[in-house]
Order: sequence, then C-alpha cells, then structure tokens
Amino acid sequence: MFGLGRKKSHAVEAPKSENIVEIRGLCYSRGSKRIFEDVDIDIRRGEVTAIMGPSGTGKTTLLRLVTGQLVPDRGTIIVDGKDISKLSRKQLYELRKNMGMLFQNGALLTDYNVFENVAFPLREHTDLPERLIRHIVLIKLHAVGLRGAWALMPGELSGGMARRVALARAMAMDPSILIYDEPFGGLDPISMGVIVRLVRRMNDALGISSIVVSHDVDEISAVADRSYLISDGHVVGYGTPSELEHNRNEVVRQFMTGMADGPVPFHYPGPDYSEQLLTREAR
Amino acid sequence: MRYWVRDSWFQAREFLQTFGASQLFMLRLIMLTPRALLRPGLIVQQVYATGAMSLVIIMVCGLFVGMVLGIQGVDTLSRFGSEEAVGTFAGLSLIKELGPVVTALLFAGRAGTALASEIGLMRATDQLSGMEMMAVDPIKRIVVPRFIGGVISMPLLASIFTAVGLFGAYTIAVVVMGVDKGEFWSQMQPNVDLVRDVLNGTLKSFVFGVAASMLAVFEGYNAIPTAEGVGRATTRTVVITAIVVLVLDFMITAFTL
Repeated sequence: MFGLGRKKSHAVEAPKSENIVEIRGLCYSRGSKRIFEDVDIDIRRGEVTAIMGPSGTGKTTLLRLVTGQLVPDRGTIIVDGKDISKLSRKQLYELRKNMGMLFQNGALLTDYNVFENVAFPLREHTDLPERLIRHIVLIKLHAVGLRGAWALMPGELSGGMARRVALARAMAMDPSILIYDEPFGGLDPISMGVIVRLVRRMNDALGISSIVVSHDVDEISAVADRSYLISDGHVVGYGTPSELEHNRNEVVRQFMTGMADGPVPFHYPGPDYSEQLLTREAR
Repeated sequence: MRYWVRDSWFQAREFLQTFGASQLFMLRLIMLTPRALLRPGLIVQQVYATGAMSLVIIMVCGLFVGMVLGIQGVDTLSRFGSEEAVGTFAGLSLIKELGPVVTALLFAGRAGTALASEIGLMRATDQLSGMEMMAVDPIKRIVVPRFIGGVISMPLLASIFTAVGLFGAYTIAVVVMGVDKGEFWSQMQPNVDLVRDVLNGTLKSFVFGVAASMLAVFEGYNAIPTAEGVGRATTRTVVITAIVVLVLDFMITAFTL
C-alpha cells in the first residue's frame, strides 16, 4: 500500500525461499567469551518464531546479528535472500526498511510525541503528503489501541503503552519481518496480555514473519508457532511449544519447568563455599 | 618498572586509537555536511538549541569580562598617562582573544555538555539503535545537524560576547571612571583593523566552533551507554575542549601574526 510513496530503492531482489531468515554455522565471540558456536536457525515465512533461553545466553545479541548491527565471526545469516554480512551500509539500510524492531525499552525518541514517533520513519523514507502520513499514523495507533494517546510524550506513557507505540512505529513502513526483543519483560498482566495478542494478531493480519526473543515460557507458548531454545552458545531445543514441553533434554526441561538448579547452575562458578568463608582474605 | 612500561604502552595505544577514531569521525561529519544543508529545518533547530539557548550566559559573562577590562584598563593605562587608550585596549582584547576564547569555553560548558549528554543518553536508551533499525543513519540525522548548528552558533555568540563586553568596558571606563567618551571610541576606530583583528577573531571562533562541536558530538556518540559513561563523556567534553581551544588559540595566534 505504501510502497508507492517510498523513495527509490537500490536493493537487488533475490528469489524468495521458504525461510525468511537462515542462519548457518554462526560463531560469535565477545572478547574471550564465546557467545555462539556453530548455531543453525531457520525462521519460516508467515510464522511467529520464538528465541528462548536463560538470561545472558545472547538472545539479544542474536537479534543484533540478524539485523546487521553486529557482524558474525564465522557463518552466514541470510535475511530475505541476502547475506547480511556482505551488504554495504546502503544495502543494509534498504533491507532494514523491510524490518521492524521492537526494543526492550521501546527506544522511542524522547523529544517527539507519540504521533511524531510513529510518523518518523514515514517522513524519513517516503515522499507521502502530510495528510496521508496522518492517516497512516492514526491507523497504526488504532491497531495498538493508542489512537487517543497521539499527543502524549514518551515520558507520559506506561511501560506497556510505550511498547505498543514502539510496535506501531515498527509497523509504520509495513515491514515483512517484525522483531521483538523481550516484549513481555516488566509488564503487568493486562499489558502483557495485550502485547501477546498484538504479536499474534499483527503477524496473522499483516501476513508477516515475527521473531520474538523472550524467556517468558507461558507467553511464548501462547503466541509462537515454533521455538528455539539457546543455552551455552548452542541450540539445545527446537520445535512447537508442545514439542518443547515434551523434550527430554535436561536443559530444555529445566527451562520449561523453571527449576532453579540443574544443568544451568543456580550458583555462579566460584571457589568452594566453606573455603571462601574460612579464608583470612576479605574477598 | 615493567608494569609502568606496559601501562604506558596501553595508554599510548588507547590515545592513538581514540585520536584516529575522532579523525575518521570528523571526516565523516565533513563529508555528510553538504547533504545535511539540504534540510535547513534541522540545522535551525540546533542553532536555536546551541546558540540562542546560550545567549544569556554569553551576554552576562561578556558584560562582566568587559567591565573588568574597563577597570583594569583604566588602572593600568593611567600609570602611563594614557587611560584614553582603554577603548583600543578593550576592543583588541575582546575581538582578538577574549571574545573567541571565553565564548568557546562557555560554549563547551553550556552547549557542549548538552550535546554530549543528549547524544550519549540517546545511545544509552537505544534511540540511536532504534534509528539504525528504522534505516535512518543517526550520524546524518542527529549528529551532523548538531555539529553544523554548533559551528554556525560559535562565531555569532563570540560577536555578541564581544559587543556586550565593549558595552561593559565603556560603561565602567566612561560612565563610572570618567574617561572621555570621544577618546574611547576614536582611539579604537583607527587601531582595530578589519582584516588583522576582526577577521582573525572570526576565524578563531569558527575554528573553535568546529573543534568544540566535533568533540561534543564525538564524545556523546561514543559514550559508554550507562549513566556513568554518559557522565564521563560529558566531563571529557569540557576538559578536552578547554585544552584544545587554548592550544588552537596559541597556534592560530602564532601563525597569523
């Protein structure tokens, strides 16, 4: 619908495959710490795919790799037919016009009100007249239930509202991929329910593909078609929510049932407890 | 001894890395500047934010610096029986040195810190990453307009500082200390040269504007995205700008006289 107003694109079209994102042999380290080791992930078109895992396993890092904000040490990441690490800055930006991302904290521009935030990508990338931009922004805000809040500043929004505005902004350019980074974190049950329904509804209504990074098992089970469970740099589980529930892998079982101790230890690695208590040194 | 050598090596390497990064950053800013001029609305906003919003501090400081020059000028020159030259003394001091230098130092404290902390906070709250994900280059959209706004503002602020300073010097020397009004202005007129003095001062304030704005946006853009990181970037902006401005002032003075 809005493609007509888009400024001239220089991206080269590639044949569409069944998967909108294909990750093969991904290796990534930060300093001496290995984050991913030979990871393969497929994100299917038209589905909601969840990336789950304990805190600190690199879920957000994976999103940054998929969106080209980070470059892998080894392996390939193909997004919509394009190898993301081989794109120039210009080509990467062209590809990102087709992606929307919802950050953990919303990442709304604090100098702009709700309306201007949603209008921002449209004003930057299209030549649409202001009247049409107004219509599009109000449609997007209506979709997330915040049409009435168009004049509020980001500081006046609750956490849930800020995320809904960020979702409206992420949808503004009608992307084919929507990426959610911890969309349920720190929300009250009502806001969480709203976001869960919105993730599913947007995916189905707009015919897009969604990637949801989260560690909220119940919410993910309600919304995802397929899930990947990442731990210690590897994919340890994959499947539909019910398949993951019945998975026998100990890490998967610990994560799905929320056990405090198991293959993922409760205690951070350290010296022996009694030895450390009895030692004369202060630490 | 070995540790001292190793630490010195690490520090020298870090300094060179930061210096190189700042030069590449500046090159990118300059390359993107012509295109940014096509969106004058963004630049006008920044001239307002960095320039107009700094007017009060610039005018108040300019007034008091001028008044001090008036008192000191009359006191010192009267020892040689030439207190009527106070106009020339204040004019040359303000136009060539104090106007550009003090304005740059005040700019670093008022607008430079605001720029660094604003951009640093945008980094810390993922606003810059959000822009990148919307396929909007934050350097083009956020950094370059602020840089250009600062470069435009600095010579204007320095001119206002100088004008208000002259008014302060005149008030003290003529109104309070009784120097002849005609002598104050008439001595200044032939002794302040347009090219050698006024353009020299304008050149200085332009160069200081480039340096102060570049340092502020560089520090903000590269701030560690935490409260402490933004605080450190803001502090570094003021400290480094002050040193760079004084070094540049010496260099321009030495090469243009």
